[in-house]
Amino acid sequence: MALNKPYLDVTGTTIFDAEQSRKGYWLNQFCMSLMKAENRTRFKANERAYLDEWPMTEEQKQAVLARDLNRCIALGGNIYFLAKIGATDGKSFQQMAGSMTGMTEQEYRDMMIRGGRSIEGNRVVGEDGDAQAHRQPQGAAGRAAREDSAAGRKARGEA
Amino acid sequence: MARITASVYSSHVPAIGAAIDQGRTGEPYWVPLFKGYEYSRQWMQENRPDVIFLVYNDHATAFSLELIPTFAIGTAAEFTPADEGYGPRPVPKVIGHAELASHIAQSVIQDDFDLTIVNRMDVDHGLTVPLSLMCGQPQAWPCPVIPFAVNVVQYPVPSGRRCFMLGQAIRRAVESYDEPLKVQIWGTGGMSHQLQGPRAGLINAEWDNRFLDRLIAEPEELSKVPHIEYVREAGSEGIELVMWLIARGAMADVAGGKPPVVRHRFFHVPASNTAVGHLILENPQ
Repeated sequence: MALNKPYLDVTGTTIFDAEQSRKGYWLNQFCMSLMKAENRTRFKANERAYLDEWPMTEEQKQAVLARDLNRCIALGGNIYFLAKIGATDGKSFQQMAGSMTGMTEQEYRDMMIRGGRSIEGNRVVGEDGDAQAHRQPQGAAGRAAREDSAAGRKARGEA
Repeated sequence: MARITASVYSSHVPAIGAAIDQGRTGEPYWVPLFKGYEYSRQWMQENRPDVIFLVYNDHATAFSLELIPTFAIGTAAEFTPADEGYGPRPVPKVIGHAELASHIAQSVIQDDFDLTIVNRMDVDHGLTVPLSLMCGQPQAWPCPVIPFAVNVVQYPVPSGRRCFMLGQAIRRAVESYDEPLKVQIWGTGGMSHQLQGPRAGLINAEWDNRFLDRLIAEPEELSKVPHIEYVREAGSEGIELVMWLIARGAMADVAGGKPPVVRHRFFHVPASNTAVGHLILENPQ
């Protein structure tokens, strides 16, 4: 019988459960190694070579090299482990969290000062809140992308 | 006998620790947050306990994926503030209380809660930030601290119900200790926050304030709230709030005593990515 996972339909959210943890074991353990200053130095000197010392998948290595935290999480990473990469890069937790929304650092910081992201429309996949898939990326980057695609449709004579 | 005099609840956001350590508490961004803890530092000086039993979670610091204990009690003589990647926080070493911690471990395990006993463990911001908020920047912490780490990183984490019952077992354990110690129990973490994915930055102030109301007035009912509600309403990291139910379960009214006195209540958004909540509840003398 399948396990009960009522959290799979929460908007823009990946729950780090036993299955994700199994997928991400070496990715997260690599992150953990960055707690040691000597490892941070070796990683920064040659990221690819350092990653190749770990039995991670190629996809996981590419996601780390690109600092694509959403991809890292999809591949089994957990944010508290991935934060060690951010610390190595000198990034704050807010910068890391913001990077997953597509917003600029300033846009994300401003959203938090205004009281944070609203829960409305963001409880369940399929609603219309700002964290829903059809509204990514967020912020100016998303507006530009949507304007571009609207302009493209217009140029091609589409509605 | 030892007794639980009060419970304290607080978020443990790492950026708060950084603001204190770097002398930035006077910045406009941080002023309202630290103002909310002014009373608490005063209260702490006037109500200094003999021991703090501090419920927190480790954030991939002492525990990697090699070992994931659901409930871990620190029974060592001392605990070193961890290097979480930015260098260790410049705060005092945490002195444990090995005798009381071992006593609680034995009692609680005999009471059906299977704790992991930890004799070597560095402690991260989850434990040291609440100490800084409540005690300021002393040369030494005001009393010994028993670290109690709860897994809220890998699902499934313990249920609110389980945490609430564990708090009750901890109270019984404390009260069966012969020395007349005054013990405070602190529950930390939360409130609403999400640090990952497109929904990062979620805050649900209405839900948080309802949680504070219910924690004070109807903790037993609150303990029945399932994980999914925390995740959906308060964000994937908002699940840390189950730890507050351990501290609440240890209060006298849960075992038929008088309701606690609410000494202080504070709520503020934001600290970095997080809604900060804070309560001080005293057991009536």
